[in-house]
Amino acid sequence: MTGTAAPLFAGTSLNARDRKIEWLVRALLGLMTALLILPVVIIMALLVVEGGPVISWEFLTTPPVDGMTAGGILPALVGTVWLVVVALIASVPVGVAAAVYLSEYAPDNWLTRAINLAIINLAGVPSIVHALFGVGAFVLFFRFGTSILAASLTLAVMTLPVVIVSTRESLQAVPRAFREACWNMGATRWQTIRRIVLPNALSGILTGIILEVSRTSGETAPIMFTGAAFFLPFLPQGVLDQTMAMSLHLFVITTQVPDAPEALPFGVALVLISMVLAMNALSIAFRVYVRGRKKW
Amino acid sequence: MAEPAAAPAPAAIATRGLNLWYGDFQALFDVNLHVKQGIITSLIGPSGCGKSTLLRSCNRINERLGYVRTTGSIEILGQDIYAPEVELVQVRKQVGMVFQRPNPLPLSIRDNVSFGHRLHARGHRVSRSRKEELVEDSLRKVLLWDSVKDRLDTLATELSLEEQQKLCIARLLPVKPAVLLMDEPCSALDPKGTAAVEELIWELRGEFTILIVTHNMAQARRASEETVFMLIGKLIEHGRTEDVFLNPQHRQTADYIEGRYG
Repeated sequence: MTGTAAPLFAGTSLNARDRKIEWLVRALLGLMTALLILPVVIIMALLVVEGGPVISWEFLTTPPVDGMTAGGILPALVGTVWLVVVALIASVPVGVAAAVYLSEYAPDNWLTRAINLAIINLAGVPSIVHALFGVGAFVLFFRFGTSILAASLTLAVMTLPVVIVSTRESLQAVPRAFREACWNMGATRWQTIRRIVLPNALSGILTGIILEVSRTSGETAPIMFTGAAFFLPFLPQGVLDQTMAMSLHLFVITTQVPDAPEALPFGVALVLISMVLAMNALSIAFRVYVRGRKKW
Repeated sequence: MAEPAAAPAPAAIATRGLNLWYGDFQALFDVNLHVKQGIITSLIGPSGCGKSTLLRSCNRINERLGYVRTTGSIEILGQDIYAPEVELVQVRKQVGMVFQRPNPLPLSIRDNVSFGHRLHARGHRVSRSRKEELVEDSLRKVLLWDSVKDRLDTLATELSLEEQQKLCIARLLPVKPAVLLMDEPCSALDPKGTAAVEELIWELRGEFTILIVTHNMAQARRASEETVFMLIGKLIEHGRTEDVFLNPQHRQTADYIEGRYG
């Protein structure tokens, strides 16, 4: 027996190497995460620093003047709200109903699977393609002209697949045991859906819808040819009017108005991104609130 | 105690030549089951022998899975439940089911109990006091009233598992079922809970026909009047519980009961 026997459980050189690799991998993955956060931080900082001074009550409540080189953004702000609200009115009932059908009624066969696949693919269609569809279908074929209605319906078609997918996922997160419990008391499918499944899926459905709102409000391509105007310093009076919109306004003053002050686009972008972030924050707060009350 | 051989009442559950497939997999082979009214019958056998499948066929809950196919017939109280004039909802009212994992609805205790009744009492005005009475009667019958009477409005999902399982039995009662199917109702419970739920099941016999699937042979032995033994989709033996356990007629039954497999 040698005098310097290694103590029990002593590490070997192999362990040391593994530990080094462990450290490297962790550092690398952490770095990638930091890299991911960096652009967000820089963008927000830039917008606040550059665009912050432009923002005022007046900026939010007056129309642009002097060939859009001065004044506020009121028509664009109001226009975006119109577009989003009308798009939601069109897409939410259809999307939720379709998701309920697909999740609760449709048999699990090749047709249903094909439909589900088609919906996922539809979500991947570039927005400019939706824009062209909107021009063909709503502006020309249904003769809505370039209007809030045509633009919102185009946005609705574009967001529909995402509404369907998020709703279906929330429905399927409701435990099957609840449904079986209802069926075994002689509840029909609809009674089960209305009394148990929908109330329990509501938070997820609403979260999906709110996220949709934030996405819709930033879209430019689908509204560019279907209802959003270059410059229109009046508030829309109805769904058949054209309107300005935040996203297009930003595009216009950045690229089409050479003598716009440099801070102006930053200000518009800051308002737009604040709208989106506020929406997302609302959705997260709502989810946390509902999850806190849920006990399963 | 009910003497099974005595009154020749019509069968609560009778299957004739029942075969069942999940897709290409045959889970039940020519099952001829005859469950007498008003007693507790336990269904034993190793995992995958088709006991749960057989149980779930008895109120047609299986057919929610689109790929299930059955041949043969199932009669409940003498009525073929696959007959065209049969309304599925009416079958389910008569044949209640209790699951392995207690599955109270995410509602208050009170609403859990009155849920089934509310579904079926549409159109009739039911007075508030009558509803309260129903809730109390049902909870009393499952020996739960005294422990929950002061918190009927709390969420049912906050009860202990034992209480949840009792509640799951209680909520079937206002619909007035004749048959209660129980799929390993005690397997999620601790020994104390198991004893309490077994005691409850024993209390309910006579008023309801109870068919209970269990993995626990001791439970079948102490808490049922007749026992059915199944093996790989076939019904091997059915007799009075004492007879099946003390004097099994089939080699496979004897081996299973002695714990040689399963």
